[in-house]
Parts: sequence; C-alpha cells; structure tokens
Amino acid sequence: MLTFTIRRLLLAIPTLLFISLVIFLLLELAPGDPMSEVPLTVPPEVKQKMREALGADQPMFFRYMLWLKQFFVIEPLHILGAITGYDLAGDAQRIISWQSRSPVADIIAQRIPQTLTVIGAAYLIGVLIALPIGIYSAYRQYSWFDQLGTFISMIGFSVPTFFTGVLLIVIFSVKLGWFPSIYDTTLRVTDWASFGKQVKQMVLPVSVLALYNAAQISRYMRSSMLDNLGQDYVRTARSVGMTERVVVLRDVLRNSMIPVVTVIALGIPTIFGGAIITEQVFKVNGLGQLLISAIHGNDLPMVQTLTFIFAILIVLFNLIADILYGILDPRIRYD
Amino acid sequence: MTETAASPAALKPPRSQWRDVWDQFRTHKGALLGLIVLVSLVLFVTIGPFFRDAPDLTIAQQIKLRNKPPSWEFPFGTDQLGRDMLLRMMEGGKVSISVGLVAMLISITLGSTVGVLAGYFKRLDGPLMRMTDLFLALPLLPLLLVMVMLFREKLAGALGPEAGTFLLIVSAIGVTSWMQAARIVRGEVLALKEREFVLAARSIGTPPRRVILRHVLPNVMSPIMVAATLGIASAIITESALSFLGLGFPPDFPTWGRLLYDGVEQMQLFPARVIWPGLAISLTVLSVNYIGDGLRDALDPRIRGR
Repeated sequence: MLTFTIRRLLLAIPTLLFISLVIFLLLELAPGDPMSEVPLTVPPEVKQKMREALGADQPMFFRYMLWLKQFFVIEPLHILGAITGYDLAGDAQRIISWQSRSPVADIIAQRIPQTLTVIGAAYLIGVLIALPIGIYSAYRQYSWFDQLGTFISMIGFSVPTFFTGVLLIVIFSVKLGWFPSIYDTTLRVTDWASFGKQVKQMVLPVSVLALYNAAQISRYMRSSMLDNLGQDYVRTARSVGMTERVVVLRDVLRNSMIPVVTVIALGIPTIFGGAIITEQVFKVNGLGQLLISAIHGNDLPMVQTLTFIFAILIVLFNLIADILYGILDPRIRYD
Repeated sequence: MTETAASPAALKPPRSQWRDVWDQFRTHKGALLGLIVLVSLVLFVTIGPFFRDAPDLTIAQQIKLRNKPPSWEFPFGTDQLGRDMLLRMMEGGKVSISVGLVAMLISITLGSTVGVLAGYFKRLDGPLMRMTDLFLALPLLPLLLVMVMLFREKLAGALGPEAGTFLLIVSAIGVTSWMQAARIVRGEVLALKEREFVLAARSIGTPPRRVILRHVLPNVMSPIMVAATLGIASAIITESALSFLGLGFPPDFPTWGRLLYDGVEQMQLFPARVIWPGLAISLTVLSVNYIGDGLRDALDPRIRGR
C-alpha cells in the first residue's frame, strides 16, 4: 500500500507538469497584453521597462520555468511565512495579477472562504440526502419511491444548474420574496440575527448545488446497493436469522459504500469547476466568479494559477480515491 | 422434435436486429416519451421558422413593439428590442441542437478512434490511455472558457462571427469530451479481440484495417451509440453554460443558452424570458437522457426479448 501510494505520488508529478505546460502554452497563444490596462499616456519606454519588470519580454521557456518556480517555491514560502510569521521568501517576485496588481495568492485566499462555505455545505447536504435515498430505492426496487427517486435524479442531472438557479430566484425571491437572490459576502456572522441572514442567503445556492450532487450520488448508491443485495452473503446472513436491519444497514451498506466513497471523493474537485456557474448566478464572489472575471479582464496570471489549482485538486482527489479504494476494500491489492 | 421445429411452416419470418431493438425500445415508456418530445422539439426548431417570417419593419416600428406581453400575434411576447421571442426560440434551438449534434460527432469520432486503436494495437494502448488519463485530469470547464476567450476573436475574424464561433465551440466541446467514449470502446475492443471470429479473420491474413472495419466496429456500435446519445445532452448543456457565462455565441446570434443569459437581466420584470429557453434546454436534455437510457436497454442482447 505504501509503495503504491509513493508510486502514484511520483506519477502525479509528470502529470501535473504536463497539465501546467498545456495551460501555459494555451495562454501563450493569447492575444492579451499585460500593458493593455495601463493608460495610453504612459510613454512606450516606460511601458517597456514595466514589461521587463514583469519578465514578459523573456523567451517562452524561461517564463515557463519562472512561473513554475513562482508557483511551487515562492508562493508556498509566502504562505508558510504568513502562517509562521517569519519572512521566508524575502522580496522574490510573486505571481502578480494584471488586473489588481496584487499577488494572485492573496486574492485567492480572500475568495476561498466563500466558495468553501457555499459549495462545501451544498456538497455535504447533497451527500447526506443522496445516501438514504439511494439505500431505500435499492431496497425497495421498482417501488413508487424508487420510480420517483429515479425521475427526480434524472431531472437533477438533466436540468442545468444555471436554469434551476434562475428558476429558484424567480420563484422564491422575485415572486415570494422569501430569500435574497444575491449572496452578500460582506455579511459578518456576529449574533443570531446575522446568522439567520447568512442561512437565508445560503438556501438558494446550496439547494441548487445539493440537488445536482444528490441526483448523481444517489444513483451510484442505488446501483451499488443493488449489486450487493443480490450477493450470496446476503442470503446467508438472512438464512442464519439476522434481522433485515442488520443485514441491510450493517453488511450490505458497508460493502456498497466502497465505490460510493470513491465517487464522493472524485466529485469534490469537479464541484469547484461546476460551482463556476452557480457562483455566477447568485453572485457569490468565490473562486469560480474570480476565474470568470479574470477571463473577461484578460488577467492571464490569475487564469493560469486558478486553472492549475483546479488541476491539482483533480489529480489529488483521484489519488485519494484510489488509495481509499485500496484501504476500504481488502480484495483490492495494488502491490 | 427438431425436425418439426425447423419445418418452414413453423418458422416465423426472420426479424432484423433493428426491429428487435425497436420493439425493446418501445417497451421503455420514458424513452418513447423522450423520443416523441425530442422529435417535436426538432420539428419546432426546423420547420417552425418557415411559418413565422420576421416582419420587415423600420427601426421606429420595431421599437414600438418592444416588451409586448404574450398575445395571438406573439405567443411568447417580444424582447427589449421588439423581436419576436417565439421566432428567437426557434432560431436559438436550431443552433443549440446543431451544436449538440456536431460536437457529439467530433467527440465520438475522436473517442472511438482512440478507443479502437488502444484496444486493438497493444503498442498504442499504453501511450493512448495515458493521454486519456491526462485529459481526464484537466479542469475542463475552466479550460473551455479559456479556449473560447483566446480564440473567439481570431476565428471570428477569419471565418465571420457566426461560423467562427460555431466552429470554435463545437471543436472545443468535442476535444474535451471524448475520453469516456474512448475508455468504453477500448474495454469492448479488448474483449472482442479475443473472440473466435476476430481470431479467425486475423488467421486468414486479413489486414488490421479490414478486421477493425468489418468485425470490430460493428460489434462496438451499441456502446458507441449510447455514448453518442448521452454526448448530445452534455454538449447542449456545455454550450448553454458557455453562452450563459457570456463566452458563447455573439448577442445577435441566439442560442437557448444565450437567450437565457439575456433574459437574466430582466428576470424581475419578465420571468418568462428565462423560463422558456431554460425549459427548452431542460426538456431536450431530459428527453435525450431518457432515450439514451432506453437505447442502452434495447441494445443489450441480455435484456432484449425478455
């Protein structure tokens, strides 16, 4: 197991390097210019100096290496320095956003809490809804509950989140006026009243994403339960007189959770990507919204860094899913 | 016993495979309903515009018609520039559905080619599958957005705004969605390669190209067809998502996603403007997904005929 983990970790390095190269080369072809936001009154020779200071006049290979160094050495040192209080990185050049001229990592750090609160809550609630639905629909296969569950989950992954979001806004904030349609990130939770406000503004985005996630995970849960319910060991357990409760909730559920846990782990990074749309609908200023505004503003360092962070998350959670599979299922031996 | 069973009178006329598939498909109620809905939507967007011509108005007349509520003349009302919403829905649907179809064709072609090559030629298996894994590790939606941002203006300049954007979006979706099909096809081909008929074909010296085209491809058609159906749905959703984020087609070139995006700004006053395009996208995707579900059952010989 340990050797497998180490081997996979080592394999992740070329994968990430390849992805970073793809992202870098894609952005290399961009027509955008870092000086496009600078006023026209700035003389060309000053612009040239600014370009040199940003390192934008170097050959491509050097800029790629510089970006890698900034991303993997300088930025982590800064984060470490901010945590421990020591100045580890010195005054080395950080990755600077072309839009706001402040370090990309700082802006991302400001945005992460919003994304984590909304998206994290949505994913958690989605999983918590999906598991019981999946278990019960499999146990009572083809019952009305199962049919309804199938139908709702079909709707859940056919109806795009930008439509469910807009529909919920039309119904619950335009017509009924129950919930705000815009997520207010300046709200600080200090007492019960502001906590209530926070919950209220989270209801709509969270339910949109939770429905979408629950639809997918409940399907996996159901089919995994169905696979296990037909196994011989279930008949054996029943025949020795165990109660249904014990058979289903202890034996079958435990075995069916193995693939579902990996699916849940694999879904976490796609949540960050899928949340781009939901954040846009409800104006949550999280990572997804940051990416969109960076794309519209031609802010290449920001786009590059964010896309690469998403890629790292995907690779990382793929790794976690593989390792979890090996730990949970003793039949799987990687060595 | 066998004699009588084989006598010509007792034999039913031979049934074609597709007839069987259709009979099984018909038993799946959701799939049948999905097919009906999809066909009527396709008819709505293809034949509909012939019955509704855009009236030839001056700008002053056009502006007077803006923001009309639904009426006999304009069943869906008009938008903020006085354009007929029903006609825009038809035109938008035509673009959305054709984007779905073309993007699916690209991704299926890419996916089956990679899958067949990886499954059939052992030497190519490793590199091709590593490449598939790498593509799966890419953050697709952000990359799609970046691709559209970078190449939209260049292609629009070279091919005109409509053709350029269409080509860009279709190929971007195709290039980022072939991986699932490739994996499925590879698995099927790996199993097929060991079967006797393929072995027989190879042992009489059939060149690999012919073995693939004559023996392997027809036998992996069913998973390819299912993947293709589901591919249409996801391509339509991706295109609408891009348009919704403002990175799809130009404003004067309606698609359902673009109409939804334009409608969001006036959602408070005219909620119907977001509901119709959203409903159209959802209905199309839902029916395509049900058709895919039914097709999967119908094409599976183990389920068929039970």
